[in-house]
Amino acid sequence: MSSATIQYNTRSDYRKRKNRLFYWLVIAMSAITVSPILLIVYKLIIQGYKQINWSFFTKVAPNTLEAMTANAQGEVIPGGILNGITGTFLIVVMAAIIAIPVGIMIGLFLYENQGKRFASIVRDISDILQGVPSIVLGLIAYMWVVKPVTHGFSALAGSVALAIMMLPLIIRSTEETMKMIPTSLKEAGLALGVPYYKVILRVLIPTGFSGLSTGILLAISRIIGETAPLMLTTLGSSAVNWDVTKPTSAIPLLVWEFYNDPNMANLIWSSSLFLMGFVLVLNIISKRIAAKQNR
Amino acid sequence: MKSDKIFKYLLFSASFLVIIVAAGMVFTLSSGAIPAFKEFGLKFIISNQWNPTEGRESYGALPFIAGTVITSVIALLLCIPLAFSTSLFIAEYFYKKRVAMFLSTMVDLLAGIPSIVYGLWGFYVLRPFIVELGLSPQGYGIFTASLILAIMIIPYATSLSSEIISMVPNDLKEAAYAMGATRLEVIFNVILPNARSGIFASFILAFGRALGETMAVTMLIGNSNIVPTGLFQTGNTMASVIANQFGEADGLKLSSLIAIGLILFVITGLINAIGKLIIKKLA
Amino acid sequence: MNENIDRVDNPIIKIENLSIAYDKDKFAVKDINVEIEKNAVTAIMGPSGCGKSTLLRAINRMHELYPQIETKGDILLKDENIMDMSTIMLRRKIGMVFQRPNPFPTMSIYDNVIAGYKLNGIKLKKNDRDQIVEESLISVALWDEVKDTLFKKGSFLSGGQQQRLCIARTIAYKPDVILLDEPTSALDPIATARVEDLLVKLKKDYTIVLVTHNMSQAARISDKSMFMYMGNLIEYGNTMKMFTNPRNPKTEQYLTGKFG
Repeated sequence: MSSATIQYNTRSDYRKRKNRLFYWLVIAMSAITVSPILLIVYKLIIQGYKQINWSFFTKVAPNTLEAMTANAQGEVIPGGILNGITGTFLIVVMAAIIAIPVGIMIGLFLYENQGKRFASIVRDISDILQGVPSIVLGLIAYMWVVKPVTHGFSALAGSVALAIMMLPLIIRSTEETMKMIPTSLKEAGLALGVPYYKVILRVLIPTGFSGLSTGILLAISRIIGETAPLMLTTLGSSAVNWDVTKPTSAIPLLVWEFYNDPNMANLIWSSSLFLMGFVLVLNIISKRIAAKQNR
Repeated sequence: MKSDKIFKYLLFSASFLVIIVAAGMVFTLSSGAIPAFKEFGLKFIISNQWNPTEGRESYGALPFIAGTVITSVIALLLCIPLAFSTSLFIAEYFYKKRVAMFLSTMVDLLAGIPSIVYGLWGFYVLRPFIVELGLSPQGYGIFTASLILAIMIIPYATSLSSEIISMVPNDLKEAAYAMGATRLEVIFNVILPNARSGIFASFILAFGRALGETMAVTMLIGNSNIVPTGLFQTGNTMASVIANQFGEADGLKLSSLIAIGLILFVITGLINAIGKLIIKKLA
Repeated sequence: MNENIDRVDNPIIKIENLSIAYDKDKFAVKDINVEIEKNAVTAIMGPSGCGKSTLLRAINRMHELYPQIETKGDILLKDENIMDMSTIMLRRKIGMVFQRPNPFPTMSIYDNVIAGYKLNGIKLKKNDRDQIVEESLISVALWDEVKDTLFKKGSFLSGGQQQRLCIARTIAYKPDVILLDEPTSALDPIATARVEDLLVKLKKDYTIVLVTHNMSQAARISDKSMFMYMGNLIEYGNTMKMFTNPRNPKTEQYLTGKFG
């Protein structure tokens, strides 16, 4: 009897210790998981802030010679990333113009046709599109736009690649947003004798507006830092370019160029910091909108 | 009524576009890859020669397929304990607590960092560290690339896993606690069996992400077109060979790169389809 | 014809041989023949799943929102077959109020009242608009409570106020008939009493049909009552008569709380 009790106690101690140990293991592992983000942001800020000045936003990227001279004299590298900022703006805005209306329409279609065969095929394909590596989308845009349409590297080709990347994200967020709106609102509209399409456009979309914009902002934050597909499509340009059929630079492309040119090393961090800051701001805004909606 | 019909037709045609885009991608990649497959046949997949010298051109994708699979598998193995612990932190130990919200925001931000920034950080911080440890003279190679890949895919695995874990019904957990189980025992005897397939799916999807990553891997793997035989050897992946060699490619070389793109497309497509299928079964 | 189903003096709606199936051979409503009295409150009662909501929704064809539904038979509004009307016109003549209050969350109280005009793109002069809003809100006894906050969002109102706003939104359109699907089931007793008072007042100008699972509510406010069971209309007639002297044993069992 007494030996059984003692055995039970030690066993219980052992279990408690194991439990405790695992608890701390989980905390330690979680700390390891988040440490890269802190380390990365720290590195970007420490190395990058020096270069962020007025000309960083108003001048195009310097050439190697200018950078080399500045380095030799121990000065800050002249010039900035204006050609990248305008290029990213052009490419992303065009991608959004292509992807957002189509994506919302498809999302509405999926929402309206829950449980139907064709809709579920479309949903599955959209899910698979979401998993296609961005470099493959670059190849596709090269063969769809660069070769036959613009006969050369172009902003348009980059936008097509990024639009295909955005599309599944918009589709999914539109459908999810619409599903969260109570059906009673749709019924209320219809019961007032309002045609179906007007109920969607004037009741459901305004009601789900914050959900839709969250989805759009997140999708933009996903594509804005993409480099690989742009290497195959927009190539880059040393001047500011607004012609969609011409090669165009973008912030991530500039980072890649700076990375490959030892003289430009200092500019890598400031451009990355700017890019990263932009992505973070988009993320925070969309979180705010989502939180406001849930309240 | 008439405008209702037009509207529905419009939505339907938009949806058809998804199918056209997907089918178009398969068609474009396949037709672009035909010259390479015609020239090399099955050897394209099993040959480890990558020789662009004119007149003796010979292209085989084996080094890149091997590099992709090896780096992604190692990344997955590194990712599993970290992502699993983090999802337990978020969805079980500190569920709905402030610190869990903070952690999950951080993990989301990790997903938002552009691939090229990971590459830079890997190049300037991780790589010197590997050199300092004496693991490899230059710091480039399979292991360094896998490490950065692991960090990149953790958020994908974590966000889905924690969602699945938080969905395990409370009364099941309470029943186990009521019988005197410790938290650890509840996790391994109640939560894991219930969330098993969802967690599995989340790792499959993360694996799919790893397969297609380009920039960060390109900057760290060393870009040598050989089948790697050791953890600290250099290598190349399908995505990074396309990125590296596309610029000067035409003719047979271009077709070979497209063929590699096709193989990558098919593999990631299959992996994703499996992952989504498991999730679909759950719902 | 079933002898337990009375005819009415002044019918506005006639339902003839109406059957509705959600799935093949799964009938929610089985061959119903009934008339609805003008300017009266008609209550539809029955245990859950008896088809009362489906019948109500069929009257302005809201039941067609579900796919794969099959409808046989006719419904006549003032001798005009509603199956031949466009749903848009029909739903302007027959409005509907739902179980949970559902004001449009993006619109102000004012816009909610005239939502029927606004959403249909019907332009009104400002004076007319103001008048419609005021009259509608007065008739649902909400005017005094909201006249200073007309341009705030309707979702800030209490549940009872929201439901009266939804009724105002329906009558702003001046329909002939108002259908209500358990309109008080999400409300507290005080708000319920106010809505009930309102319905009794509104029957002067409108025909009111409501589905309720609450027998005492039917007894309090309705003139006519239907009792449905498993898709069949069992009994229909004056409410007082049905509650004091039910003709069918099923009706009696239901009214005395034997099932439901």
